[in-house]
Amino acid sequence: MTPNKSLPVVTDADAPPASPRDGVDPIGDGPLDPARRAFLRTAAAGTAVAALASCSSGVDMEDFLRKHFKELSPDELKKVLAKVEKRNQERFGKKTTVSAKGPQPGVEYGYGLDISRCVGCRRCVYACVKENNQSRTEPQIHWIQVLEMDKEHGVDLAHADLYYEADAVPRPGKFYFPVQCQQCRNPPCVKACPTQATWKEQDGIVVIDYDWCIGCRCCMSACPYGARHFNWATPNLPAEELNPDQHYLGNRPRPKGVVEKCTFCIQRVREGRYTACVEVCPVGARKFGNLLDPESEIRKVMETKRVFVFKEELATHPQFYYFYAT
Amino acid sequence: MGYVRPRMGALAVVAALAVVPGWARAAEAAPGATPKAPAAKATRPEAKPVLVQAEAPPFSEGIYPCSACHAGMPKNGTRRELVFHDEQQSIFDHGADQRWCLDCHDLQNRDVLRLANGAPVPFTESYRLCGQCHGDKYRDWRVGVHGKRVGHWNGEKTYFLCVNCHNPHSPRFKGVQEIVSGGKKTVAPTLTYLKPEPRPKRPEEQRR
Ligand code: SF4
Ligand code: SF4
Repeated sequence: MTPNKSLPVVTDADAPPASPRDGVDPIGDGPLDPARRAFLRTAAAGTAVAALASCSSGVDMEDFLRKHFKELSPDELKKVLAKVEKRNQERFGKKTTVSAKGPQPGVEYGYGLDISRCVGCRRCVYACVKENNQSRTEPQIHWIQVLEMDKEHGVDLAHADLYYEADAVPRPGKFYFPVQCQQCRNPPCVKACPTQATWKEQDGIVVIDYDWCIGCRCCMSACPYGARHFNWATPNLPAEELNPDQHYLGNRPRPKGVVEKCTFCIQRVREGRYTACVEVCPVGARKFGNLLDPESEIRKVMETKRVFVFKEELATHPQFYYFYAT
Repeated sequence: MGYVRPRMGALAVVAALAVVPGWARAAEAAPGATPKAPAAKATRPEAKPVLVQAEAPPFSEGIYPCSACHAGMPKNGTRRELVFHDEQQSIFDHGADQRWCLDCHDLQNRDVLRLANGAPVPFTESYRLCGQCHGDKYRDWRVGVHGKRVGHWNGEKTYFLCVNCHNPHSPRFKGVQEIVSGGKKTVAPTLTYLKPEPRPKRPEEQRR
């Protein structure tokens, strides 16, 4: 990724404190040396860390001093995963498996959404909540947002309604436009993040390390799709509804005060499965597969249908494609 | 359920079909389709994804085999009102001006369907019948662009039949429901439109 000059970069000291150490260029181009780590390195010997650790009871010194996810050795990774499982056990009294399975070589995920099929039933929204251990209420967090739009206006956000209520869908004269993380190839959120808590994986999934995120919400303001969601309170997730099959970069329960997002159900797709929203959609409007496989459903969509990306003019180059099958 | 599907007979055929890749079967079902070049397959190391046909929605009780009643009845191919099959006739909305029962059901053998050229088709391959008119949808369905698939994006997946989502007697899509029939889970079309799940909370309704 090359730094994009058109995006604002917070570097001067009078800007709001986006990074723990002001004055550090938050955009690292090469190997990771995040501002947070640099801060910790200088502060580790001093009292700053002790002060930090004592002021918020949830912070664990070991978590704080650990390396960036991408720099962890297999042994360190194992420990980190075991720790998440232990935390799950304490918080929910339930055994969970947390994987950190990496991308498969030769795979680049693509997602297709057939706007001529979607009926706006929101089944996908709730399947996602369930699969990905989102907070149910207070805060209510939905990674998928289904917009109702007027056929008359076409894809036009000025006329979109996220809060439509109806006894039956689709409603006459309306069509539906679900929006979730578009897994951009040129992701503004990644560039905006001062701590490199978020990045794009080899297979195209934009992930967040929830232990690394400082909740500054720079990524949220950078995302043109509203696809990142900040949890203001500890996610409200009943233990009996906890999905125990988790991925470190995906659906593990989030702590309070981090930004969350869709990861194409990383815990499922890296095992070869379809995402939860694909499986639940009653009309088959959602398509998923490997863009590098000419036989995949997503490639057939790309080759035979009218395909477009949302907010193309922003050059985010999504890996999420909308199409009209008819 | 407004329409009917075979019970035990169909289950046996479905089970037999399940081991054959649907892709290959669908391709062979379309006479015009160019067979896939084997060379193209050889370049891909992984095996071709296995397609498994979903359980077809069940027939209404006591309807199949049709021959149970029709065997003893005189064969009458004249287009007319059918009193007994009123539950189908009352909802029939599939080009009703041009079409009636025997355009799809076989007069000689009531337990099969028939193509426009007169060839019999088992109920389990009804997509061949649908594909005669809806060629574009059929082509899309065969490659997974139309219709729904569940399972693995790079491996075994279950595909649904036309009749899992569309009632052939009233095919406009309204909604689908999951049903369990004979201990097996399947999906069947509904005759009422879906109600959406609750809307998200507005920001002002969320406690912070
Ligand atoms: S489940 Fe499918 S049809 Fe329903 S809103 Fe989501 S994408 Fe649209
Ligand atoms: S809120 Fe967003 S920008 Fe800030 S640290 Fe977390 S992921 Fe990075």
